[in-house]
Formats: sequence, C-alpha cells, structure tokens
Amino acid sequence: MNKKQLIILGAGTAGTIMANKLHHALDSNQWQISIVDRDNRHYYQPGFLFIPFGIYEPNEVVKPRTDYIPQGVNFIIDEIDRIDGENNRVFLRSGKSPVYDVLIVATGVETAPQETPGLKDKLWYKDIFDFYTYDGAVKLAEKLRTWEGGKLVINLAETQIKCPVAPLEFAFLADSYFTDKGMRDKVEIKYVTPLSGAFTKPKATEMLNGLMAEKHIEVIPDFYLAAVDNQKKVIISYEGREVPFDLLISVPVNKGDAMVERSSMGDEDGLNFIPTDKFSLQSKKFQNVFVIGDTTNVPASKAGSVAHFEADILTDNVVKFINKEPMTATFDGHSNCFIETGHEKAALIDFNYDTEPLPGKFPFAAIGPMDLLKPTHTNHLGKLFFRWVYWHLLLTGKKLPVPTHMSMKGKIVEEHKVDSLVM
Amino acid sequence: METVLTQALPVNKEGYLLDSKLWTPEWAKEVAAQLNITLTDKHFEVLKWLRDKHASGVPLTIRKVGASGLVDIKEFYALFPGGPLKISSKIAGIPKPASCI
Repeated sequence: MNKKQLIILGAGTAGTIMANKLHHALDSNQWQISIVDRDNRHYYQPGFLFIPFGIYEPNEVVKPRTDYIPQGVNFIIDEIDRIDGENNRVFLRSGKSPVYDVLIVATGVETAPQETPGLKDKLWYKDIFDFYTYDGAVKLAEKLRTWEGGKLVINLAETQIKCPVAPLEFAFLADSYFTDKGMRDKVEIKYVTPLSGAFTKPKATEMLNGLMAEKHIEVIPDFYLAAVDNQKKVIISYEGREVPFDLLISVPVNKGDAMVERSSMGDEDGLNFIPTDKFSLQSKKFQNVFVIGDTTNVPASKAGSVAHFEADILTDNVVKFINKEPMTATFDGHSNCFIETGHEKAALIDFNYDTEPLPGKFPFAAIGPMDLLKPTHTNHLGKLFFRWVYWHLLLTGKKLPVPTHMSMKGKIVEEHKVDSLVM
Repeated sequence: METVLTQALPVNKEGYLLDSKLWTPEWAKEVAAQLNITLTDKHFEVLKWLRDKHASGVPLTIRKVGASGLVDIKEFYALFPGGPLKISSKIAGIPKPASCI
C-alpha cells in the first residue's frame, strides 16, 4: 500500500517541532512525513542578540538540523521553488515535484534590507548592521569591539517584525555593554521606531518607556523609514524627518520566503505572509494546507514561543483533519517571552490576542513563580536557561512548563480594559 | 475652546467610533476638521478602501495602504500627516489599528 504523504516546508523552529509531534501522532504505516529545507544548519535565533556583545560565541548558536529531525522522517535538502496548491504538489529546484496529501508551510521570515533605498548600500556592514542574521550579528561583534563611540541609532523599518522585543533588548544590552567598557558617556543611543512608543501594548510600553528613560536611551516614535542617505549618514522618514547616525543598527523590513510569492499565496501587502485562519491555522486558500510560525499573517508575535504554542494546536487539528473530524483546537495568540533589560536582569511578558502583557507573577510549573513586566535577575537566568530548553525540549516537541493557552493566573488586572486592543 | 460635534456618535476615550456601521461622511468631515484636515475626494477614496478592508476582516498596515493602488506611502502621509493609519482609521470610523507584536 502506498503511504499518504505529509510534507513540511521549512526545518526551522516551527517545522522541526511539527516533524517531531506528527511523527508521534501519525501512524507510520500509513503516513510518510517529509521535511524540506535548503541546508543542514539550524540556528538558535534568540542567540543572535547576544553575539554582538560577546555574550555568546557564534559557534554556540548553530547545530545540524538532522540532530533534531526524528528517525523515519525524510529530510530533503533542496530549495523550494513553489507550491501548486491546485494540484497538491511542491516544486523543488532540483526538479523533483513531490505530491502531498497534507502540507504544512513553516518557511518563516527573513530580513529584506533591499526593500529600503540606501539601506544595503556603501555603508552596509561598515557603519550599518543588522543583528537578525548570523552574518550581521558576527560582523557587528567585530565592529563593536573597536568602535570608539558616537551616535548609535537603532531603527525598526517596519512594525511587523520577528521577535518584536529583540530591538529593545539590543538597546538595553548596548547600554550595559558600553557602561561595562567605561565608555557609556561617549555613546548616544537613540531608538527610532514606527510605533507610538517603545512597544505596542500600553502596559508594557509604560514599563519599557520608563526603562529607556532610566538608561538615557532616547525614543523617537512614529518614524516610518523611507530611505537611508549613505553620504549624509542619516535615516529619513516618509515625512522627511532625518536622524543622523555614526553606527546604525537596522531591523530591516521582514518578509516571508519568496517561495510564497512564487506560489501566489501571500497577503496583499506584498510581504509574503500567508493568509491563515487565526484560530485553526488552516490556510485560507487550500483546505489541506496549514501554516505555522512566522509565515502566517495571524495577529500574534513572530516568535519561537508562538510557534511552540501553535504546534500543540496544529498537531491536534492536522490529526482531526486527517480523520475527517471537526478541527476544534483553537490558537489564542499566546506569546511568552523574556525581555533582556541589561545588567543581568530580564523582564517576562505573557499575553495573547485579547489580553495585553500584564504585571503580576507567572507560575512556571515545577520551577516557581517569576515576575511579570519587571526586570529581575531570576528572569535573566530564565532567559539564559531557555537555550538549553530550546535544544533539549522545545524542538523535539516535549512538554514545557507553560500551558498552551494563556492563563490569567497570577496576573494583576485593572478594572477597565482598553477596547482598541481587541481585534 | 472645545468644538462640539453636531454629528455626535459614541466613541471610545481615544475618539475611535465604537460601531463602524454608524459612520457617515458628515461625521468624518467634522472629525477631520478637528484634526485640521479638510477631506477631499482622494481622502474619501482612501477612507472607503479602509472601511471595506476592515469590514472584510483584513488587518491594516501602512504598507498595505501603500500597496492599495490608491496612494503610495508618501501620499498617504501627505493626506493624513503625523500617523496616517491611526488618523485615517479614526476618521474612517474603524478601530485604532492594533499593532500586532
């Protein structure tokens, strides 16, 4: 009997977790699972943040993808050309075109500096760096080692970016780094963002704006990047405002994989995110195509914790879909992450589609409560411990001490709720 | 002196219309005037587009408006200076755009 085919596109965080979970959930006599990626290097992406400051060495954030893909799952190294959803087929660059019964798209997002005129130009990797790529983080580490100070500008080119707290963490860690080097007085740090404050949600923004002020980091809000002038060394907004820099740390526009565009499956803003049901994670275009992680257009953070929570829901729904049962598992937009705030402290946030990050205590099962929305050393240890959790528990789909759906336990709620937060 | 809307409709504390179905062009003109914007046909084209997208459940971003074919991002800023998506959403009678983190 020919086995049915389940193909996962992308062996990053979301794809690898799904391969592990479905390998357990599906009968291997009936189903063959395959997973496709272009190479065999799995990056621990949260670690990129620490490389510029010498906290992690580059070799600490990369391992072979094959170490985390279970035996029995077919790992295909190839470039994905496109999905033919009408004919249930994936076209690969090698010329192969496997057919699927169920497809899971987990091709993630990447930085697209070429979207902004002047960003990837003469000064790229000289005075302009990103830290969302392995190369950028490594080159920035070299730059910072000998940089003598000046105007350090951190700029977010777009509002929808992977790991939305990472640029804030970068700012806090930079403050720490230059303080420890005894040269904080020689560095002026500006945080230039298209958002109206340091962050999107009111309570967290209040806390983070406060931290920014405390650390003498100037927040320049509502700045939507139009171009970079390499001659004058300024970033320019659509309204014509200019901010000068000596060293620009850019978070470029984030885009889904170009494969999405070639498959005509992207959202209308041209950023290659796939329209996805925000509760079931089914693609809005094809019933047997599911989408997980950074690739979706659901209004949740593009972050590893979200991919992890989504994987629980999606495993359940894929099994139900295969058994022709109603897909009852619903994703609530749950996100949970540590925010490194410098000087060996971190804050913790926990939220979902409807509830913004709130203060209080977070009850980690078996570990104990941690403070929400408040920088503590314990949270910092949690953040560092998370790398071990990522490699040993998260990728292989094991249970973590955090519930899939957000819980209000320990959170402090004020009486009124801001209605504009509800989508 | 605070201007009193002749077309008063229920809004939240940030001034966003609570029920987008109650929206009228006259109300939009008054809200825009308070924000020192005189609405032109071009403004109304953009407002209509925003309202249609909102009604069909599409999350809105500045980039999406820029890709709408009606205006590019620069023109969008020129029509609604400051924070174009926040301001145009208010005038269009749809909720404040939720930046999804």
